[in-house]
Amino acid sequence: MTEFKYTAKDFKSSTEVRWCPGCGDHAVMNAVQRVMAEKGLNKADYAVISGIGCSSRFPYYMNTFGFHTIHGRGGAIATGVKAANPKLHVWQITGDGDALAIGGNHFIHSIRRNIDINLILFNNKIYGLTKGQYSPTTDRGTKTKTSPFGTVEDPFYPGHLVLGSRGRFFARTIDGNMKMSQEIYHNAADFKGTSVVEVLQNCVIFNSGIHEEITKGEDRDDKQIFLRHGEKMIFGVDKDKGLVLDKKGKLKAVTIGQDGYTMDDILEHDAKDEDLYMHSALISMKLPDLPVAFGVIRAVDSLTYDHAMEAQIAEVQETRKITCVDDLLRSGNTWEV
Amino acid sequence: MTKEAKVIELDEVTIRFSGDSGDGMQLTGTLFSDATALVGNDISTFPDYPSEIRAPQGTVGGVSGFQVHFGNKKITTPGDRAHVLVAMNPAAIKANANFLEPAATIIYDSDSFTERNLKKAKYVTDDPFVELNLHDYHKIGVPITSLTKEALIDSDMDNKAILRSKNMFALGLVSWIFNRTLDVIEEALTAKFGRKKAILESNIEVLRAGYNYGMTMQHSTPQYLIPTGGIQKGTYRNINGNHATAWGLLAAAEKSGLELFIGSYPITPATDVLQALTERKDLGVKSFQAEDEIAGICTTIGASFAGDLGVTSTSGPGLALKSEAIGLAIMAELPLVVVNVQRGGPSTGLPTKTEQSDLMQALYGRNGESPMVVIAASTPSDCFDYAFMAAKIALERMTPVMLLTDGFLGNGSQPWKIPSMSEMPTITPRIAKDPSKFVSYKRTDETLARDWAFPGMEGFEHRIGGLEKNAEGNVSHDPENHQKMCELRAEKVARVADLIPPVEPVGCGEGDVLIVGWGGTYGHLVSAANELCAEGKSVGLAHFNYINPLPKNTEEIFSKYKKIIVCELNLGQFVAYLRNCFPQFDYHQYNKVQGLPFSVEEIKENVIKLLEE
Repeated sequence: MTEFKYTAKDFKSSTEVRWCPGCGDHAVMNAVQRVMAEKGLNKADYAVISGIGCSSRFPYYMNTFGFHTIHGRGGAIATGVKAANPKLHVWQITGDGDALAIGGNHFIHSIRRNIDINLILFNNKIYGLTKGQYSPTTDRGTKTKTSPFGTVEDPFYPGHLVLGSRGRFFARTIDGNMKMSQEIYHNAADFKGTSVVEVLQNCVIFNSGIHEEITKGEDRDDKQIFLRHGEKMIFGVDKDKGLVLDKKGKLKAVTIGQDGYTMDDILEHDAKDEDLYMHSALISMKLPDLPVAFGVIRAVDSLTYDHAMEAQIAEVQETRKITCVDDLLRSGNTWEV
Repeated sequence: MTKEAKVIELDEVTIRFSGDSGDGMQLTGTLFSDATALVGNDISTFPDYPSEIRAPQGTVGGVSGFQVHFGNKKITTPGDRAHVLVAMNPAAIKANANFLEPAATIIYDSDSFTERNLKKAKYVTDDPFVELNLHDYHKIGVPITSLTKEALIDSDMDNKAILRSKNMFALGLVSWIFNRTLDVIEEALTAKFGRKKAILESNIEVLRAGYNYGMTMQHSTPQYLIPTGGIQKGTYRNINGNHATAWGLLAAAEKSGLELFIGSYPITPATDVLQALTERKDLGVKSFQAEDEIAGICTTIGASFAGDLGVTSTSGPGLALKSEAIGLAIMAELPLVVVNVQRGGPSTGLPTKTEQSDLMQALYGRNGESPMVVIAASTPSDCFDYAFMAAKIALERMTPVMLLTDGFLGNGSQPWKIPSMSEMPTITPRIAKDPSKFVSYKRTDETLARDWAFPGMEGFEHRIGGLEKNAEGNVSHDPENHQKMCELRAEKVARVADLIPPVEPVGCGEGDVLIVGWGGTYGHLVSAANELCAEGKSVGLAHFNYINPLPKNTEEIFSKYKKIIVCELNLGQFVAYLRNCFPQFDYHQYNKVQGLPFSVEEIKENVIKLLEE
């Protein structure tokens, strides 16, 4: 395959970027553009598809083919693009409202089919474009414009929805963490199947600081764990903390060298494990007892829809009797008058 | 044939097979129709079945019917009333009593006239014929159930399986009455049940028993002779509207050099379109059964964006769900074909019955100023031509196109003179050629259509979307630009009028009354117009296939008649549209919303009334 030489700038369109200053979206786009440039794949083969929401303006700012569609339907449209032409690299940009509320049905079904698209889910736990209503990921009790007395419902964990939809790839990152994000976007792009990347994104206007407890502070490395396949589950400012299973089979954070724990006791991350048990436990981890999991939590190879569809057509065509419409029209019962 | 046998010679005849929805009446009717077409008669069929898969047995609501009209001349409708009714139970007689020719022949299973069945069909006496005022009809009671059992007395099959072959007895008997040999039917049965030897053998056994029964009992059963001939020379096949639609789209894909993508969700009575296309992986069809109606159209829009001929199929309620996405295709100016096989509405309505009540939805059922091309097929076989044209317009004019058919066309079938692909018009998709000159929404010629560039085409990278844009394709909220773009998109659709043929009146070219119709009512309306003309009345028919835009000569045609009557299977949707387009004319209207096609008779009555006014 021809290697194309690009810089991130080649992926920036001339359209003026109109996200609020300080919005987490800027960083996500920069990371994606860098990854696309590094990949060296033909720019003309990219299709960036979105629904509606702040993040869904993304395609306009990309110097690739792009389609800003309608609320919640980006997943279905991206599916159609990829099924129609499996050679394309299809990226779907969506948010917590677009993907998990109005577009929930398309979200679960594109994951179930395992169509080969890269889906970036900007999760800021709020509706930004409509100016501050609660979303399906807003924590119970949060006061917003449509929940002035606090919400009375529980939020989704997007990762659980992915697992429940038989998802093969789920990763989590933080908008401003460029190094981690780029590594994850690379992994998502390489993965064959629906790769869902949840980005903890900060809405600077309507929900600023919503992820701060996890993402900010000098002790933030004590609150995050960056998982990599085949590596020990260690974390912490001093890299001295790790995850083990307690007697009940639940995850527990320990300090290596304390209470008799050694490096040998620390779990090793297996992203390719088909079983949902450990991935589900990792997705569920929350402060203060456990660090929040980042990185590629799950990446299980499986057949993709687009490939299977293409292969089935090729297989049928190998032994076909009808090769053109004229053949078809004259097939079966016909008679002369 | 002995001299006593009664032989009736007719130019055309209508038979209705009727029984419980589990009695196999659709198969019986289809087999008889195929055999009839093969001997060289023209035919038209109308399946009429309940929406429940197995409605309560023996009840009037559970009756399933299949009507076939055939003859030695051009047959345009499945027939208003049946000359022969085949009734498998008392409920079937009740359900069809109002749809019989005077003194029609009723062949019924006399074994089914049990107290229980009479009660289930809600008769209050023990004589259905008297109760329904059918005493002077030609009634032939045949113990079909017991004769079927007798025919299979040596079979190992259980009673239930044996009774399932009853329909074959009726088919054999009717085949004798109408002088059809059994070989074609037996061939078709072999194709259908070939792998299930026991079922095939018992079906053929019972079929022959029915045929022989007719021959033996000919003193009591009349025999009909329908001369053949009178249709154009060529190679023919039977086709129903849904298959013709699917194949027309395949023809358009081949002609345009594009791959066909269908994203769709099953819905009665449109499911066959999806199924017929899914079968065609041999021709490279990419079929996608979506999670819902919205995903059906959205995957299709994605495929159109990616450079395929994108098609989605649905019926009324599904179209309602697709509205927002159609608006996106209008705004993005992507080619797209939306097939709506109309059914009785609103809401779930009458899923298996026909109606023309989605016209307003097709024309206006979207937010914003969102004009689209709307065309309608008028016979089962011309669904092929209009599906082809829908795709041609979509691809050459970069616009979504709605193709309206209906349950009557979709399920109805007729013999079709098979066209050759070389006779079909060319289709030239507007694929962009020069990246240095490409501007996504630049309109280069008199059609106002933009050029089409899709992912994978190097140098053509660009962004489109649902937001308003300026002439170059950049997002714009400028007030004056918005008005300009709305007007441009409307004008682009209006200019499709350059591509479509004029409307040509049938019958009198000018005169007293012009019947106006559109879509699936053509067969009944043209029969009515022709019969009225033959009776010396000054009547013409203008039947519309192109609704938006209308043919350019519409106004001119309307002005040639003293009175105009618009006939449609809704409460007046096309007439409202015409009043809006051409307010200078005075429109009379005849409307029917019973989930049924028109009858020729009722159209004639209404026109005559208008002539006498």
